[in-house]
Amino acid sequence: MALDNRFQASMMHTDTTALIHTIDFLLMIPYPKKSAKLIMGNPLWRRLSLILISFLIALPLYATPKQDQAAFRKHYQLVFPQLKLADYANGVYAIDEIARQSWLAIEEFPPYETAIEEGKKLFNTAFSNGKHYAHCFPNKGIADEYPKWSKTQGEVITLAIAINNCRTSQHEPALPYEKADMVNLLAYLSHTSRGKPIHVTIPKNDPRAMSAYEQGKAFYYQRQGQLNFSCATCHIQNAGKKLRSEILSASLGHTSNWPTYRLKWGEIGSLHRRFAECLTQIKAEPLPEQSVEFRNLEYFLSYMGNGIPISGPSTRK
Amino acid sequence: MSSIKIRTKRLDGNTQIRTLISHPMEHGRNKDKVTNKLIPAHYIQVLTVTHNGKTIATCNMGAGISKDPYFAFLLKGGNPGDAIVINWVDNLGNKDSEKHTIT
Repeated sequence: MALDNRFQASMMHTDTTALIHTIDFLLMIPYPKKSAKLIMGNPLWRRLSLILISFLIALPLYATPKQDQAAFRKHYQLVFPQLKLADYANGVYAIDEIARQSWLAIEEFPPYETAIEEGKKLFNTAFSNGKHYAHCFPNKGIADEYPKWSKTQGEVITLAIAINNCRTSQHEPALPYEKADMVNLLAYLSHTSRGKPIHVTIPKNDPRAMSAYEQGKAFYYQRQGQLNFSCATCHIQNAGKKLRSEILSASLGHTSNWPTYRLKWGEIGSLHRRFAECLTQIKAEPLPEQSVEFRNLEYFLSYMGNGIPISGPSTRK
Repeated sequence: MSSIKIRTKRLDGNTQIRTLISHPMEHGRNKDKVTNKLIPAHYIQVLTVTHNGKTIATCNMGAGISKDPYFAFLLKGGNPGDAIVINWVDNLGNKDSEKHTIT
């Protein structure tokens, strides 16, 4: 907990007393006499609540996504000084040498190959109107651009949503997100984008995009569930440490390797399925795949991981 | 598309043969979660591996082997260009076969 707070605090500016004085002062500037009375003439709790409100209003100005990203990476640089940015694409196998050996052995004959082949077949199968997925996705290697902000729809569009948008535009029924067809298509598209660095952008001309990013960030740091953990509890505060026999991975690069064949699942599954599993593990209510919260979280995490190469599909324990 | 994938690798004059088969391998005691009825048994019974036409391994497989089974063998000798053929027959009479050339 202490670490968590320290990390949060380091992301904002620190010296609190100085800050309180500054804010007192700033609040007084526009209407000197009235404000002086309002601030100085009120009991302490009211002063503090005023300060708190102004602080909350000022908060978004403090950390831009770029600053968030820098602070996020700086933390991992301190914990894992030996890692380069691209290494984070391998998740926990970048830091767990023993697990890495068995993972490399699996990767020689990976169990996700069938999914790629199935996905390729689906991608090249014509819709009933004779058109293909290629009509919507002229370039196949596009997984690095997602999730994307869509100004027209006013929401974060993940690759899975984009696939279903494509299907609806061609008068085909949408695919269920958790079923094999969708995951196989994602596997194929991710495979064709392998090695491309993630580049997710937050358009400046649409404040809703920024708000989606902020919501994703808030979700990441929000403690929830019966265990009262946030994503950060495991993946920032305790990254690299052991949780029973497993080593906890860094959040940097969490979105780069999906879909993933997990040995635990015995099949290939999507990032949002893993998100839901994380929530179950901290004894919180899991959310459905492609829910707004998960998409915003993916948006935030992908932005943090900008520049890390796509390594999906992959295998994980 | 074949259900069998084969990889071979030369190791110190020997050949490592690895194979991954896509098969449900239902043992007949699983229940369908929706209808609550038993899922009928569907599993591979015989798996054969041949090297240049000569059978080098026959596996009598049962229902206890997991879904999408993976096998690895070490073949003594074996030369680049040799043909490895793997085929299986399941309890419903389905069969599949795949040919691979050692590289």
